[in-house]
Amino acid sequence: MPTKELTCINCPMGCLLSVEFDETGIKKVTGNQCKRGELYAAKEVITPKRIVTSIVPVLNGVEDMVSVKTAIDIPKELIKQCVIELKNIKVEAPVEIGQVILENVCGTNVCVIATKSVERKK
Amino acid sequence: MINKDIVIIGGGPAGLAAAIGAYEAGNKNIVILERDNLLGGILNQCIHNGFGLHTFKEELTGPEYSARYVKKIKDLNIETKLETMVIDISNELIVSAISENEGMVQYQAKAVILTMGCRERPRGALSIPGYRPSGIFSAGTAQRFVNIEGYMPGKSVVILGSGDIGLIMARRMTLEGADVKMVVEIMPYSGGLKRNIVQCLDDFSIPLKLSHTVTKIHGSTRVSGVTIAKVDDLRNPIKGTEEYVECDTLLLSVGLIPENELSRKVGVIINPKTQGPIVSESLETSIKGIFAAGNVLHVHDLVDHVSSEAYLAGKNAVKYINGLLEELKMIDILASDGVRYTVPSTLNVNNVEDLTQIRFRSSDVYKDAYVSVYFDEERILHSKKRILTPGEMETVTILKKWLIERPNLKTITVKIEKE
Repeated sequence: MPTKELTCINCPMGCLLSVEFDETGIKKVTGNQCKRGELYAAKEVITPKRIVTSIVPVLNGVEDMVSVKTAIDIPKELIKQCVIELKNIKVEAPVEIGQVILENVCGTNVCVIATKSVERKK
Repeated sequence: MINKDIVIIGGGPAGLAAAIGAYEAGNKNIVILERDNLLGGILNQCIHNGFGLHTFKEELTGPEYSARYVKKIKDLNIETKLETMVIDISNELIVSAISENEGMVQYQAKAVILTMGCRERPRGALSIPGYRPSGIFSAGTAQRFVNIEGYMPGKSVVILGSGDIGLIMARRMTLEGADVKMVVEIMPYSGGLKRNIVQCLDDFSIPLKLSHTVTKIHGSTRVSGVTIAKVDDLRNPIKGTEEYVECDTLLLSVGLIPENELSRKVGVIINPKTQGPIVSESLETSIKGIFAAGNVLHVHDLVDHVSSEAYLAGKNAVKYINGLLEELKMIDILASDGVRYTVPSTLNVNNVEDLTQIRFRSSDVYKDAYVSVYFDEERILHSKKRILTPGEMETVTILKKWLIERPNLKTITVKIEKE
């Protein structure tokens, strides 16, 4: 049965978890000292996801860059591709916080949104 | 001279929360003085997520967390002055500031709240041999270049120090295409949050070299590499363990220092452990009417704690103005046996509402140890902790009724015990 080692992030203990799993799911978690480790392991092994944050250039804004994030977490293996897709994007000021910058990033159906507002240069 | 009840120095997360705290306590005569051209302080460049889990019960990025406070400040119509740098606070609470638009402005305050934050320890504080090539940045400076200006400071990177900013920048530089070779940490444990070790280093297979340090920086015009070495228990490099690592950039994430030039100048007493003012339970410094909160007081790991602390400072400043803060009946709070410091350092029972919190950090990593609080010789709290690390701030809560029951209490001691 495949086994994966990972570090629990729920508290500073940072338990080294050993997770046995197959196609049907998690079989066994060892190394955790509390229930949270088990829940973390399940999520992290089956569908590890992350919110990706980056920046994109702003045209005619009072700032040159606007910070952005994926509206919800996306599969971990798509982090780099997500940042690469954002490399081709430029956005015209004004930008409003929460504004959609890119739709359906990496075919995930998830939007990338602005995390700050940038006013237009006067 | 302009009369203002409350002058807040610094418009970062602490300053914003302090203003809201004061406003909600009933005083609207407030001004926030900020030297940058926008509010929010360091949060503006912290574009990663993970902020606000305590305050808003959701995970926000730095700019989003800041935007919520800035909106509230605007909604409440609290006055803010940008590009305004405070140069002096006098004993009479006259705050002198300069700005391009208004020149020199003086405010006569009834209370001053210090919320200037902190800054990074620079290379000069480390005494690493080598020339002075370009390519050496503090991690926060690099963060500003990448996230605000949109410039990459280098292509192949070694990071010294595994504090949270260093870890965050390891991921950020990697995502922007740099080759982050390793994070080097002199201590046998990381100073950063576990979550950041996993999501910033492990996710990208970036090695963390514990008990290692940089012993030499190579290159005369641009960094060409660094020598790293293993260190012994006393943190001295071990001969024969040196290793050359090629890189064009060295980022330093080697600690933060509260920015207290103004506080020192007016004579506020500074705690040598925190490098921040010594404060009472009300977050009042050694000078009456001057309060402090956030990273200028002691370096926090979570902005949520900065906000709640500063909110309290704002509220207490109003209490002070209204003559409701008492000076008498002081109890000393001592840090001992593995506790590096406590905030606050003194306590007045009559100023405590229902409870008060003591924040502290351990001086080392302790596993399966107890955090104990003694009221003079009597142990009042004894709680088991799986782990205590210097990287994570701890809190103990003291109930007012415990204090009232012991009217002759002189000293509260916080310590770490094996059993």
